[in-house]
Amino acid sequence: MSIQVKFFASLREQLQIDEIQIQADQAGTVMQVWQQATNSQAIPANLLCAINMEYVGLEHAVVDGDEVAFFPPVTGG
Amino acid sequence: MVVQIRNEPFDAYAEVQIMQDSLEQQGKFGATSVFVGTMRDFNEDESVQSMFLEHYPGMTEKYLTQISQQAKQNWPIIDSLIIHRVGQIEPGDSIVLVAVWAAHRAAAYDANRYLMEELKSRAPFWKKEQLNDGQRWVEKNTPS
Repeated sequence: MSIQVKFFASLREQLQIDEIQIQADQAGTVMQVWQQATNSQAIPANLLCAINMEYVGLEHAVVDGDEVAFFPPVTGG
Repeated sequence: MVVQIRNEPFDAYAEVQIMQDSLEQQGKFGATSVFVGTMRDFNEDESVQSMFLEHYPGMTEKYLTQISQQAKQNWPIIDSLIIHRVGQIEPGDSIVLVAVWAAHRAAAYDANRYLMEELKSRAPFWKKEQLNDGQRWVEKNTPS
């Protein structure tokens, strides 16, 4: 299955990854997507995750075609 | 219910008037609450020259639409407007506008506060400040 992964703001700069497509043999979780996309880098404190633009936790399941995003705490307004 | 992300400076007070003039329920609203967030030239004891505001295109609009719908369910409001800047921002520029129209002030105030607090805590925007001697990401929003 194919998952589109996006990183934003300070996280994007630290990892030097903007967007990456990963392929997985079997269904997994957001945590596994993080590990595969970042070569198992340590998970930052306060990491926020979204699937298809909705907030989810790290244990949430991903399915083929999902867009998974990782980002730091938000600072708008 | 209007949600907009803008790349260019906007006149928040003119936007309120434009939206108010376009409301279908003329004569029904007696209260308009307006919150405007403006860029300061200081933060955490340092002078800030300018700022770059990044967002997650698509998710920001989706999230702001969801909270606008929620506000309409929670309070008897007539309509709401959210405009948020992204891109390069200078001190004095409006960053965010939240306006709510209702028959009476309680709903207008409460729904406006709700929208702003939800926006600040969950809408996917990130600020990067340009200081005199470098740049820094704002790590968290002030609690109030």
